[in-house]
Amino acid sequence: MSAYSCTLGGENFRFKTLAEVMAKATPARSGDALAGLIAESDVERVAAQMVLADLPLKAFLAELLIPYEDDEVTRLIVDSHDAAAFAPVSHMTVGQFRDWLLSDAATPAALKALAPGLMPEMAAAVSKLMRNRDLIAVARKITVVTAFRTTLGLEGRIGSRLQPNHPADDLKGIVASTLDGLSYAVGDAVIGINPATDNIPTAMTLLSMLDDLRTRYDIPTQSCVLTHVSNSIEIIERGAPLDLVFQSVAGTEAANEGFGVTLAMLKEAHEAALSLNRGTVGQNVMYFETGQGSALSADAHHGIDQQTLEARAYAVCRAYDPLIVNTVVGFIGPEYLYDGKEIIRAGLEDVFCGKLLGLPMGCDVCYTNHAEADQNDMDVLMTLLANARAQFLIGVPGADDIMLNYQSLSFHDIAYLRNSLGLKAAPEFEAWLEAMGLISDLGQLMENTLATARLLEAAQ
Amino acid sequence: MSDVVKDPWAKLRESTPARIGLGRSGAGLPTGANLDFQFAHARARDAVHSALDVAALEAELAPFEVIRVTSAALDRASYLRRPDLGRKLGAGEAEQLNARPPCDVAFVIADGLSSAAVQAHAAAVVHAASEKLGGLILGPVTIATQARVAIGDEVGAALGARLVVLLVGERPGLTVADSLGAYLTYGPKPGTKDSQRNCLSNIHGKGGMSYDQAAAKIAWLTRAALERGLTGTGLKEESGSLETENAPLIDGA
Repeated sequence: MSAYSCTLGGENFRFKTLAEVMAKATPARSGDALAGLIAESDVERVAAQMVLADLPLKAFLAELLIPYEDDEVTRLIVDSHDAAAFAPVSHMTVGQFRDWLLSDAATPAALKALAPGLMPEMAAAVSKLMRNRDLIAVARKITVVTAFRTTLGLEGRIGSRLQPNHPADDLKGIVASTLDGLSYAVGDAVIGINPATDNIPTAMTLLSMLDDLRTRYDIPTQSCVLTHVSNSIEIIERGAPLDLVFQSVAGTEAANEGFGVTLAMLKEAHEAALSLNRGTVGQNVMYFETGQGSALSADAHHGIDQQTLEARAYAVCRAYDPLIVNTVVGFIGPEYLYDGKEIIRAGLEDVFCGKLLGLPMGCDVCYTNHAEADQNDMDVLMTLLANARAQFLIGVPGADDIMLNYQSLSFHDIAYLRNSLGLKAAPEFEAWLEAMGLISDLGQLMENTLATARLLEAAQ
Repeated sequence: MSDVVKDPWAKLRESTPARIGLGRSGAGLPTGANLDFQFAHARARDAVHSALDVAALEAELAPFEVIRVTSAALDRASYLRRPDLGRKLGAGEAEQLNARPPCDVAFVIADGLSSAAVQAHAAAVVHAASEKLGGLILGPVTIATQARVAIGDEVGAALGARLVVLLVGERPGLTVADSLGAYLTYGPKPGTKDSQRNCLSNIHGKGGMSYDQAAAKIAWLTRAALERGLTGTGLKEESGSLETENAPLIDGA
């Protein structure tokens, strides 16, 4: 189609499809190069961005990147699109939409009302025209409040997942890491274990242990064992104390098949978890994880760039009213996000797109040892994401996940964000921390050996 | 540390290798814990980026004939960005593998993501395993640099090997940066799926699998694979008890 062309510096650039425009307009990253979709030069990238800026937002309704007949995620996106919510921006080009998002006219209330009217492809498109500071500025304006036993996403707060993994699922070891995290005021979004042995009996044992710990100290939070959705359905049937259903999801039907999951399974699990009625201040019962590159990794990318596919995964998430959504940004490795610069960019894009689409978006600020990244890059990303008001970030003991063999944030880092940026934990959790003597009334960690001793009793 | 009277975390630390009870300086890591972490990360980075000393490895492999090849990835940066290139031989590399008498088993050593693992353990595993493969024709040992697991398919096919045992440096963690993996592939040829291989992992000296254990498993799997004509999900490794060593358990088709 000749619609996708522009002349730049005397050179004419043509793009065959909307998908090609999207891919070539994307800030450079190794995964798009691996897929053979990346712009061939920096100038071609800008040409694609200029073409994209002039496209009407409506173009994404007219030209579906993956056909309706071929893909149930496309069908979900199209069938759930709210034309009335879309109306206020429906006349805009992608470039005008960027300008509007940055303007004072895009108030928190306006952005909240707009979310159901946006297709993920629209969010991805506008993000490609935005610099990092733009992504932060707009994401910060968006508030998404969700709740189970804690209320997450409230102004001036940042949540945290406590991740106490152990390479052999040793219960004492997991309790030790959990208590360590609680002593740093971490765990208000969820206490979530990635099991080393992913089967139903292990998951049930871990869930019971976490539930005992939670009830013993009357901790207002929720727990989760990150096992496959089909396991969670079975666990609910067997009556184990399951708070949240976890699942990794992606932006195409084929990639979700690679995870062994369909939309029908997610619906069944969502309904089953709701039937337990275990939340006290809310009933958001789903926990999703995503990450750029998952579709390419499953050879299920349909020639679409990884950031656009990531945004499509958010359409899957939002259909099930999640408590939290986590982009595991640097976990996948350098063939998808090569270095600290690409990881930082992707983390900001994901939190921006997720929040714009109405999701409680958090991030596992992380990297592997073969990526060109280190803890300094994570320091930058966590500080930026806290300023962008990510719903939650993940903390592990000393930033070292000894089971999954990668580095995330330390419990210390969550404390840093709260101390230095003046952010607080979820209110219910904060009240508990204060009552336990773990934090001051200003939310700062206290040197309280008595409180630590009380916590450690659980491990005896 | 002088102001630490008693460490309430000492007992809990025994239950997990996780970095718990580190203490804090304000909301930051204490200097000692911070440096410990930096050391572990530096060691893992070095394991990924240090070049394999091929000559030293070749010397350790004597008396085996050694063939050196490189993958299609020209350097570490392209290796990390382009997994597809690390799975293929570089242009012209196959020539030195061709026109050899066929063999039952060929060992291929790929640097993978940890040259440190290969340097430390690969020759020892080759020697230990080959001792347990009496009666079989062993081909030359191929050392492949900037290489991933699937490069063994092309190497094995060119050598005319019935089965390839590929040893590879595994993705390093902060605690263990020199862990070796072994992948066995029957009937190696380009395009072989990962589900058609058997894998042993965690061969290293920090609580991992010993050379003898690894050699016993490799030998058991090799004989079972050659007898049954397959590797992968259809072949379950059951060498844990020695009685079963000559009775491979095959499940499925």
